[in-house]
Amino acid sequence: MNFVQNFPFFSIILAMFSGIVSSVLDGRKARNLSLAMIAVTTALSAGTLLFCLGSGESYTFMMGHFPAPWGNEIRAGILEGVTAIFFGIIMFLAVLGGLDHTAEDVEEKKLNLFYIMIDLMLSSLLALVYTNDLFTAYVFVEINTIAGCGLIMIRQKGRSMSAAIRYMIMSQLGSGLFLIGLSILYDVTGHLLMSPARESVELLVAAGSYRIPMLVIMAVIGVGLAIKSGLYPFHYWIPDTYGYATPTASAVLSGLVSKGYIFLLIKIFYRVLGYDNLVSSQMVNVLYVFGITGMVMGSIHAIHETDTRRMTAYSSVAQIGYIYMGMGLGTSYGMVAAVFHIFTHSATKALLFISAVGLYEVSGDKKDYISLRGAGYRNPLAGIGFTVGALSMVGFPMLSGFISKLLFATSALESPHKMLPTIIVLAVSTTLNAVYFLRLVITLYSRRRPEDAPIPETRARSSWQLRLAILCFIGVNLVLGLASQPIVQAIRDGLAMFG
Amino acid sequence: MIQHLSLNIEETAAVILFGIGFTILLLHRNLIKKIMGMNIMDTATYLFLASKGYITGRAVPIVVDGVQEVSAYINPVPSGLVLTGIVVSVSTTALMLSLTIRLYERYHSLDLDEILILAKEEERT
Amino acid sequence: MSRRKDNYETSRWLKFKKWVDGETDLLSIGMEPEVPVSSEGKERRRDLARRKAYDQELIRLSAEHADKTAIMKARSIRYFQKFYKVMSVILCLGIILVLLWTVASLPVTGNADNPANNEVAARYIEKGLQETGAVNIVTGMILDYRAFDTFGESCVLFIASCCVLVLLRLDADSKNENIRKMIAESDDRHFEPKNDIILQKCACVLVPVIMIFGIYIVLNGHLSPGGGFSGGAVLGSGLILYLNAYGYDRMSRLFTEKVYKRTTLCALTFYCLAKSYSFFTGANHLESGIPLGTPGAILSSGLILPLNICVGLVVACTMYAFYTLFRKGGM
Repeated sequence: MNFVQNFPFFSIILAMFSGIVSSVLDGRKARNLSLAMIAVTTALSAGTLLFCLGSGESYTFMMGHFPAPWGNEIRAGILEGVTAIFFGIIMFLAVLGGLDHTAEDVEEKKLNLFYIMIDLMLSSLLALVYTNDLFTAYVFVEINTIAGCGLIMIRQKGRSMSAAIRYMIMSQLGSGLFLIGLSILYDVTGHLLMSPARESVELLVAAGSYRIPMLVIMAVIGVGLAIKSGLYPFHYWIPDTYGYATPTASAVLSGLVSKGYIFLLIKIFYRVLGYDNLVSSQMVNVLYVFGITGMVMGSIHAIHETDTRRMTAYSSVAQIGYIYMGMGLGTSYGMVAAVFHIFTHSATKALLFISAVGLYEVSGDKKDYISLRGAGYRNPLAGIGFTVGALSMVGFPMLSGFISKLLFATSALESPHKMLPTIIVLAVSTTLNAVYFLRLVITLYSRRRPEDAPIPETRARSSWQLRLAILCFIGVNLVLGLASQPIVQAIRDGLAMFG
Repeated sequence: MIQHLSLNIEETAAVILFGIGFTILLLHRNLIKKIMGMNIMDTATYLFLASKGYITGRAVPIVVDGVQEVSAYINPVPSGLVLTGIVVSVSTTALMLSLTIRLYERYHSLDLDEILILAKEEERT
Repeated sequence: MSRRKDNYETSRWLKFKKWVDGETDLLSIGMEPEVPVSSEGKERRRDLARRKAYDQELIRLSAEHADKTAIMKARSIRYFQKFYKVMSVILCLGIILVLLWTVASLPVTGNADNPANNEVAARYIEKGLQETGAVNIVTGMILDYRAFDTFGESCVLFIASCCVLVLLRLDADSKNENIRKMIAESDDRHFEPKNDIILQKCACVLVPVIMIFGIYIVLNGHLSPGGGFSGGAVLGSGLILYLNAYGYDRMSRLFTEKVYKRTTLCALTFYCLAKSYSFFTGANHLESGIPLGTPGAILSSGLILPLNICVGLVVACTMYAFYTLFRKGGM
């Protein structure tokens, strides 16, 4: 066994261990440890990816002395590697970009607790990406939920705490449904590890037995994870949660947490339930319908919003809708587009939240349109960052959003029954995106009027960390937009490995 | 169907409790009752799992007198899962209760809708 | 006369009628929590009451003036509340029906031929004793076969206690004015020691027994029912009883926040390192070199005993920490 194959395990344990150690460190040391840990785990994920690309196949890793149906396992392949690297990069930049705001929003004595949340959040995301065991997935989903709640409420303002309890309630509903789905699945298959469970699911489907439980399992697990990732009819917790947390937390929650659940859902679809079974049971159509409703409704809500941060949050609802729509197309092309959009959205939304912080800094920490007028001149880099993010969401060529929209449109051509609605909704949603994002961009670059209230002097310049993070995020967006071919190819190969 | 349900009486009870707990957690406005609903829902799932591991006429999975035949003991897997699940639900309950305490200290209300309205007003001022 | 009116106001019929009208909650009357003594709260409460009265007045006034929009608004709110109740019942019944429909086609409980009783459970039972050294098969399963899950579960407890610390710990040297006020309000040390003789004598007898029982459960986790989690909960309850009987001053000789931090850190670090070693050797097909001992002896089953002790410590400390934080915001 090659030593590189240990890397996924090392990265998960390292993240957990630094979380545990941070409990006795002070805030500054915990922060440095956290940043170093994220960098190291990202490097380890890169090693894993290179190994998988070299060998051309995925491998499983025993967590303990016992093989597949008995002991816990994790699994690494190309898609896992790519996703883990990507999550690591976004996490690093989000933590870096929000450093000084975190120090402001969090009480000094509790700063190390914030970084414990970050560490355990990363470990749970990595575990969700790599896991090959359903119950491990449940346990780490819970860690993820609690860490997410901690990140929201650590800002101890009234609204962030009420947002946290709403988040917690919705997440618990999702976890409950997920757990009962797992219990029923365990009852009819007798396995908790993904690979043996997949074999017995295939046998059950071939024999035609337990048809109703299988249908309910798909529905319950799907709905459970959809609630947690904020699909349209279950999105009520999103705007408050993203809108009132500290900037790092907003970027992490919108960029990574919901994506972790979606990745897990895709993994369960492919590696346990079988995507063909989902297609033949019409369950994908439900996802599709929810997805396209979300695409339109999320954008409409965003247009109504006056607080720009909540507007960005509502735009997340629309983008999550895109991802579920891609999953619901029922073809492998649709799935590739959905996975690519996971990357696009986490890079772009994190960029938007982080660069918006730079704009609020020069507008007296106000978040409405009028106060932001002309902010693009006052903080040029943040303005450029926000503009790039907004253009990417709208689908401007050269940026990542364009590639995902292109992928969605071409994949829609492959599925004849869904082609027309997909294209129409894609067009409508893009227009609506353009309406609210470009309105804000125009606001940012219009001159202040004399009747506007004067801006209270805040800070002279954003910190270098924020500016560096914005630059790196722009870079990530350009890489996704300009060098999309190898990434799309990697996603395609990775999904083929899942099957 | 009714006959089969009467054979699966534990699961039937578990599922009914799950539905009740789910609805309370989703729709009740009082935070303490929401937490109660969450606990009912979790416990119902554990009842479901525990009844899945039970086999009529067999003993708990603790080896006695060196007997190691499958036909002697019940299925140990669900017991382990329930054990893990209980700790998870203890943790989430503690977290929800502490959030409720803080919100109550701040807004003197347990009604979630009222708390949201008050929080909005507080931000405006 | 007045008495009859009183009776009427608290009569079940009126409560029921109000409930039917959607005005109150059937259970909430008499279960409303007392408002705390802080003056700010009272004011806010009064504010709310005033606002409510104002709203009602507004509705009444507008009804007199036949202002249609206001009436419509009030009516629509009432309809919405009714709709909400009906919808919640329908949703509840819907979920239950779907799941019942599923249960009706699941395998029968207690049947040995169910799909869940397959080779996985069989191996745990048949070879568990030899492979893990634990007589208690469930313990062997959660701490050896599926140890990664259990490690994750300890981390859930750890992170939940961190979140509760964030929310409820009040730092005495905090710069924030509000927090210092809250500390002064929530400090109940000056009521201590309560010197309740009955409680103290009972605790005197019970605490040692509870502690010994907890330690027994933790140490025998691999031999009999129990283990780190259940034993740790018992230990934690013993600590809480001692605290209630003898107060914080006596307790702080034994247990402070520093002790809590160090214990959790050491226990979780040991857990993490031990399990990493075992995962690493397992996955790379190396010999772990940890003797399993004679099954049934107290010093047996390799890592399971030390892991149980670690988990027991973490759980005991966390339970105690939850209690103290919930009560007065600090250890």
